[in-house]
Amino acid sequence: MRLVKAGQVVEDRYVRVLDDAPIPEGVPVIVPAGRFLADAAEIASREGATGVLWPNNRKIAELAPHLDRLALVALEFPKFRDGRAYSQARLLREHYGFRGELRATGDVLRDQFMFLLRAGFDAFEVKKDADAAVFASEVTRKTVFYQPTGDGRVPAPRARLDGAEAPPVASRDEQVV
Amino acid sequence: MYVYDAFDRTLVAERVSEFRGQVARRLSGELTEEEFKLLRLQNGVYLQLHAYMLRIAIPYGTLSSEQLRMLARIARRYDRGYGHFTTRQNIQFHWIKLEELPDAMAELASVGMHGMQTSGNNVRNITTDQWAGVAPDEIEDPRVWAEVIRQHVTLHPEFSFMPRKFKIAVGSSSHDRAALRIHDLAFRLHRNGSGETGFEVMVGGGLGRTPFLAKTIRPFLLKRDVLSYVEAVLRTYNQFGRRDNIWKARIKILVHDLGAETFAKEVETEWQGIKDGRLALDPAVVADVASRFVYPAYEALADSPPDLAQARRADRRFSTWVDNSVSNHKIPGYAIVTLSLKPEGGTPGDATAEQMDAIADLADRYSFGEIRVGHEQNLALPHVAQRDLFAVWRALDKIGVATSNVGLVSDIIACPGLDYCSLANARSIPVAQEITRRFRDRDLAHDLGRLHINISGCINACGHHHVGHIGILGVEKNGEEFYQLTIGGRADEEARLGTLIGPAVSYGEVADVVEDIVAAYLELRARPDEIFLETVERVGVEPFRERVYATR
Repeated sequence: MRLVKAGQVVEDRYVRVLDDAPIPEGVPVIVPAGRFLADAAEIASREGATGVLWPNNRKIAELAPHLDRLALVALEFPKFRDGRAYSQARLLREHYGFRGELRATGDVLRDQFMFLLRAGFDAFEVKKDADAAVFASEVTRKTVFYQPTGDGRVPAPRARLDGAEAPPVASRDEQVV
Repeated sequence: MYVYDAFDRTLVAERVSEFRGQVARRLSGELTEEEFKLLRLQNGVYLQLHAYMLRIAIPYGTLSSEQLRMLARIARRYDRGYGHFTTRQNIQFHWIKLEELPDAMAELASVGMHGMQTSGNNVRNITTDQWAGVAPDEIEDPRVWAEVIRQHVTLHPEFSFMPRKFKIAVGSSSHDRAALRIHDLAFRLHRNGSGETGFEVMVGGGLGRTPFLAKTIRPFLLKRDVLSYVEAVLRTYNQFGRRDNIWKARIKILVHDLGAETFAKEVETEWQGIKDGRLALDPAVVADVASRFVYPAYEALADSPPDLAQARRADRRFSTWVDNSVSNHKIPGYAIVTLSLKPEGGTPGDATAEQMDAIADLADRYSFGEIRVGHEQNLALPHVAQRDLFAVWRALDKIGVATSNVGLVSDIIACPGLDYCSLANARSIPVAQEITRRFRDRDLAHDLGRLHINISGCINACGHHHVGHIGILGVEKNGEEFYQLTIGGRADEEARLGTLIGPAVSYGEVADVVEDIVAAYLELRARPDEIFLETVERVGVEPFRERVYATR
């Protein structure tokens, strides 16, 4: 696993704390949802940034009152095909206005990078090293999007009206046999 | 026709390029089959019994002659010279090689076609009335709305990994030719009391193991709200639909478990939060999409030209075909011509490359270059001048697509079944073929009148057996193929699920039972023009059961 932020593989500063382990002082931590909710005020008031690992079957609304104390929310993809966290991410960013780090964790492959970015994730625990290495090029290969999300990219229906030029096709697939 | 612009073309080309990389990673072993499976499914690629199968979307069933020629080319170059039109206005090629798939997709992209989201747990091809834009009874062209929705849900970052597939249909006529109530989500355009047009929203329909008809959760939705409403429904489903059991993962189960009212409330809450945001539709965006639907430059013609009446008098076969396969067009002097892909003994929905090329040529000559695909697995030429009907009929007859059986007993809807599909429990195609042989007598078929037979080779119900007037479902019992028969189903504006008529019968008996059901109908009908469905509705299933199972 490699952590990717701003297109680069970086060191993970956060320490993951299990449900019953003591929480270290002075370092950024990620704690499980249950433990965080049980003791939110105290955990958040300690020295060091606080992150929470939020399961994909728990309503984001439950976390909403605590967001201003959190530096990070990690959302889970237990399986590649389980896409609940995409909705959670958009709710966090677009409905609750969360501005901290939003991290994708679990079964994260290169084929999801663009979807994850568009849903509001800005940190990625990438399962395969080879995928992490190509992050930057992978997220530039798509240039046309039909739907608006909170990521600010201009969707095609709007770009057309604004008279924008469509991006040219870079790949060989434009030159069809 | 919706005409792709540079944005659409770039998006499709980028997707093809991405898929080419995914195939390369699979072939090199970088991706496991399990990982690749999801990626290929999002591009319409299935692994079937014998080979990979590619399903290509035909949005709202509209094809240009150029596109149909490309499908013929794909059939010839990458497959075995034919393709199979499905019940969701798609086409499938069953014999494509994995390493050639990216090239086939690149060729398709050159005419604005693709397999994106024709499989996988995302929003599938949006379907509408196959006569959209030409039907006399439509309020407005539903394809504009289908296209607005299609663009929004294509490669949607939030809804590409939902619990299960998601099917949306849009209708706009009093007569429902899009089978709205068997869809996960359906929109019916209509006018409210003050003359304003908007959508009735239905949710939670679907066939399969647990069939449900969709329930109306909103009688009237403003057009500006259609995308925010779609998003609210999908977001609710994506978060709360079941993922622990594939048989309970469709939205119909969520709607059923919560109850339609509670589900509607959840959606309402979500929707209120987003409806006035960036998803509120700008009329200029809709107008822009509408402007890229090209309509033919029709001539000013009169209905019923004298030549037509004369040709009908001169040729009884032609006249029969006109009565059966030609429908009213909203423009005077024109007609909609249905091409039967159900010849006696044939595979329902199959067309050869030669037929596709010939139909494309005929479309250029007689139908402003346009072809339609309907969910009944037939094609249509949507803009034929009535004066050309005789010439068109002769040409269609020559290539075997002028069987006068549209809507009749041998116009069977069937899935590919055990001959191709790895999910199937039983064969569908040979059952259909045998039934068409039993009813080869044209006079009998016409005397029977409208009678829809639907066959599915397994409980997934791709052949829509639940809504067939006669529905046939293949099941497996101790390693043998058995078939359950239902009667009285329908998929139109009065949609209803069929009722089981009796115990399952063996493969060899199916056609006999169908014949007996038809014989019972002939005995029970009140008058010759009471169609099968009306008889079932009037007398119930019991008299049929008694007659059909008396000696079994």
